[in-house]
Amino acid sequence: MILGGGTGGTLIANRVRARLGDEAEIVVVDRDDRHVYQPGLLFVPFGIERPERIVRSRRKQLHSGIELRVAEVDRVEIADDTVHLVDGSTLTYDVLVVATGASLLPEETEGLTGPGWEQTIFTFYTLQGATALHDALERFERGRLVVNMVDLPIKCPVAPLEFCFLADWYLRERGVRDDVQITYATPLDAAFTKPVAASHLAGMLEVKGIGLETEFATGQVDGQTGTLVSYDEREISFDLLVTIPLHGGAALVQRSPGLGDALGFVQTDPHTLQSKAAPNVFAIGDATNLPNSKAGSTTHFEGEALTANIAHFLAGEELEGDYDGHVNCFIEAGFHKALLIDFNYETEPVPGRYPAPHLGPLPLLKASRLNHLAKLAFQPIYWHVLLPGRELPGIGARMSTAGKQLAASQRGDH
Amino acid sequence: MSTLTYAGAPVEVDTEGFLQNTEQWTESMAHEIAAQNGIAELTDRHWQVINFMRRTYLETGSAPSIRTLGKVSGVPIKELYQLFPKGPAKLAAKIAGIPKPRGCI
Repeated sequence: MILGGGTGGTLIANRVRARLGDEAEIVVVDRDDRHVYQPGLLFVPFGIERPERIVRSRRKQLHSGIELRVAEVDRVEIADDTVHLVDGSTLTYDVLVVATGASLLPEETEGLTGPGWEQTIFTFYTLQGATALHDALERFERGRLVVNMVDLPIKCPVAPLEFCFLADWYLRERGVRDDVQITYATPLDAAFTKPVAASHLAGMLEVKGIGLETEFATGQVDGQTGTLVSYDEREISFDLLVTIPLHGGAALVQRSPGLGDALGFVQTDPHTLQSKAAPNVFAIGDATNLPNSKAGSTTHFEGEALTANIAHFLAGEELEGDYDGHVNCFIEAGFHKALLIDFNYETEPVPGRYPAPHLGPLPLLKASRLNHLAKLAFQPIYWHVLLPGRELPGIGARMSTAGKQLAASQRGDH
Repeated sequence: MSTLTYAGAPVEVDTEGFLQNTEQWTESMAHEIAAQNGIAELTDRHWQVINFMRRTYLETGSAPSIRTLGKVSGVPIKELYQLFPKGPAKLAAKIAGIPKPRGCI
């Protein structure tokens, strides 16, 4: 039984089906049949992508033989292997995969969803929000544009920076960039968490004339006066606020005794992806509490280890699938260029070439047109290769350090 | 990695002054680290946070984030900023003798 028919739920259902065939009965439960290609959300506010082009049927992404059950889940009772639906009925399982993603919690920040919400305050992290922001941005000609990540963890931690870079490009194309101040406010002490990438990205912000406000822990938002107030009482004024609200696990995880941590993320073993709650419960993707990026590539690379471990578990064998924390992300830089970063639990993103050492063709941590084209070309790969559970040629689930310019301290580890 | 002396005992710290071995920590060190970071006196509310940080770290192997502190420690985020100005999670971790909380990316 798989809770959630997004990236993780779909690719695990398809991979387990391919591996075990009719030996396993697979049911995916989700509350609707709309699968959103979330990497596309970043482009909607700038009119580069249209909302209807990034949504497809969940059912159609599942291989034949897999059932999609459209229902709202109330909670999981781990002790008796039962999923309770909101309508009162129950489903039982031998193995459960929690793939319920992360939820946005804008109401947890004081004032954020008050006056000004969806008028001068927007998020592009939902399809509806990204669409509404597109309309507002089209009308925006002068003033202060503030992009604010309230706190980690968030989905796609580079997306707020990408939004800044694209906004700079978009406003320049429209000839109004000189009348708009762009500021990125982050609770981190740098532009990004990983030192080498953070210094590259901070340099890009500076070149593009985008202000960077660090260690800004948003405590309160006042939509009437257009002010962000931090817990240590600093203030930032805005005319248009693009917020990346607090994230938590799915509400159903919070309602399931013993399953989640304080924020509702499933407590998960970082290598086997087995939950700490019960041996027959696993988690994948944004739903986990793992200390790495919440991103589609993370989920994809977890897929191989998790599929193996589900098969091992059903056969009564030891769990041998071992995920290494591998993530990679394209970072859209504006002006038809993008960067690519590749890292794992142990090794931070550094310059180099990917996927083949030295040959690439994609350069790491460097803006290039090829990376931008690869990012745009990714949507068909998502639907036709990643979700069906096929392998991407040349892209291994485990991270490679070959051809990377590692710091001495990192070379010693591998 | 370097060595500092707190409350008369040598301890291993990282470049930012976070203790590397939690077992080397004592309560008197907490007072000394707090004083060096502008907190003249540790009140009961400070100790509630410090003890929560240590307990969580020893149980789970990682330091709680500011959001988790706000939700579970019994001290709201606003007050955490008054008790431990600037970065409450970082400063409280330093005083509690546990490693620097990692950004969770």
